[in-house]
Amino acid sequence: MAIVVDTVALETDPEGYLIHIGDWSPDVAEAMAEADGCELTDAHWQVIDFLREYYSEYGFAPAVRILTRAIARRLGPDKGNSRYLYRLFPDGPARQACRYAGLPKPTGCI
Amino acid sequence: MAGRLPVPKLAPGAAAKLVSRRAEPDTQRALGFPGDLVDGWEDVAVAAMRNVVAERGALRLFLDSCMKCGACTDKCHYFIGTGDPKNMPVARQDLFRDVYRRYHTLSGRLVPWLVGAKRLTPEMLEDWYAYFHQCSQCRRCAVYCPVGIDTAEFAMAAREVMDRIGIGQHYTNEVTEKAIRLGNNLGLPGPALADTLAGLEEDILDDTGAAVRLPLDEPGVEVLLVTPSADFFAEPHVDGLIGYAKVFHQAGLRWTLSSHASEAANFALFTGNREHMSALARRIVEAARGLGASRIVIGECGHAWRVAHNHLEALAGPLDFLARGRVEHVVEVTDELIRAGALVLDPAANDHRRVTYHDSCNIARASRLGDIPGGQFIVPRRVLRAVCNHYVEMARGTTREATFCCGAGGGLLADDLMELRTKGAAPRMEAFRAADVTHLAAMCAICKSQLARVFPDYGFDREQVVSVHPLVGDAVRLRAAP
Ligand code: SF4
Ligand code: SF4
Repeated sequence: MAIVVDTVALETDPEGYLIHIGDWSPDVAEAMAEADGCELTDAHWQVIDFLREYYSEYGFAPAVRILTRAIARRLGPDKGNSRYLYRLFPDGPARQACRYAGLPKPTGCI
Repeated sequence: MAGRLPVPKLAPGAAAKLVSRRAEPDTQRALGFPGDLVDGWEDVAVAAMRNVVAERGALRLFLDSCMKCGACTDKCHYFIGTGDPKNMPVARQDLFRDVYRRYHTLSGRLVPWLVGAKRLTPEMLEDWYAYFHQCSQCRRCAVYCPVGIDTAEFAMAAREVMDRIGIGQHYTNEVTEKAIRLGNNLGLPGPALADTLAGLEEDILDDTGAAVRLPLDEPGVEVLLVTPSADFFAEPHVDGLIGYAKVFHQAGLRWTLSSHASEAANFALFTGNREHMSALARRIVEAARGLGASRIVIGECGHAWRVAHNHLEALAGPLDFLARGRVEHVVEVTDELIRAGALVLDPAANDHRRVTYHDSCNIARASRLGDIPGGQFIVPRRVLRAVCNHYVEMARGTTREATFCCGAGGGLLADDLMELRTKGAAPRMEAFRAADVTHLAAMCAICKSQLARVFPDYGFDREQVVSVHPLVGDAVRLRAAP
């Protein structure tokens, strides 16, 4: 499987997650969102940026509670909850936002 | 209600297309299986069948004891949800039984047409893969079978046979491989775990003003808590973890989590592969010994409890170093503390909730809790009633030993099985609707993930699904002395 970004085909797994995290660029997120019929706003980018920062430090996506806390700090408590995140990413922050951020899909009992 | 559920209209082949994603060759090889379908797979499968049946005494009995009475046929949530007759438990068993008979019984070899014996053709293998990954190994059918035949045993055995010819399921095997290699199903590294726990301590302090700790790798404590890694990562699970911490805090128990044993789940149960089950179970015992803990407490996870309670000693060596000689479940610990008056509780803290309890299959039908018969039904309810003023049961025939699966147990919590999961959840959803409550509490990471995911499809809110321990945690008056 692959996703074409700026005429370059980037390898993905069958669920659309990038195989090589180094292939990521903001255009990848835009292309994935467009394919889902979703338009990325600043609010989406706040989340995607945080996921990528956290991942570069810990080699892993942040737990949902860490993400909501970080968003609460940056954008205020009314946005620091999973209800807000699900509004932005209806398929769930762990799945959809990680995919847009080029991170591997978190697996397990989640 | 179980008996009154409408029997679905038969829809042959309706679920044939709901096929779970296959494991990658690398994953298969890392687990010691062939990467892809091997040459001469029929012979390899026949030999593997002989082995798995020889290893599993119960399965051997079940192969011969079905009377075709039909009592199980309408008891499976996947049959109820899809109407596909191959999802009738007896039909699922027969996929295995008919093939076994063909190669391993005299009549099957000589007069297969007389005894319904069938060859393992490519079409049969397709059916095996599809329908043995449409069994959540919930054992509900076994409760209604007059001779106690457990279809889950067939599903586990068939999956192991398929693994040995190179066909594994992506979800189960990827997670198993990751957990063996990295210590938990998520692949969460130690530093990320430490950071997560520190963040949760801050959250609790902000919320309650109490300095409740979530210690990691702390040696010399009494209790090692081993919990599903979903408790660290996901919602609603994480509130359960916070609940355990509040309970331990108020009871003054010295406890720790472990980065070596950062997973209670044991996905190898879903194929029954002993070697992999042992590899995962050993981490728990190693961590307890390494930290010098005298009690191992398992967090809210259904099949983890089944493995720990029923098999830990056989898989990972003697437990005589434990004060009680056995592992404990966190709800047993909480129940004991409540009954000993060691927790100050204010059930009015949950007055905005009307709560029901979903018995998770592996707790209800494959293990027990406490030291009383039926304790697995009694103990969690006793805890819930102690912390909630409004507790409501779902209809009879949908709870306790007759409980309906969440729709995603046994390795079926895969995104590629979403349609099956949604359909299989139907009986539980209807029972929940009829109970007219605000919250459903469950003690299983898989149940919680699945139910939160399918709730919106049935018109409910994902936040209506909770663990048992957030309800306890909300009722604990942290700053009062017991
Ligand atoms: S064990 Fe559960 S899922 Fe499997 S056939 Fe029986 S009722 Fe269905
Ligand atoms: S209830 Fe038991 S004996 Fe009857 S058909 Fe089903 S598996 Fe066979």
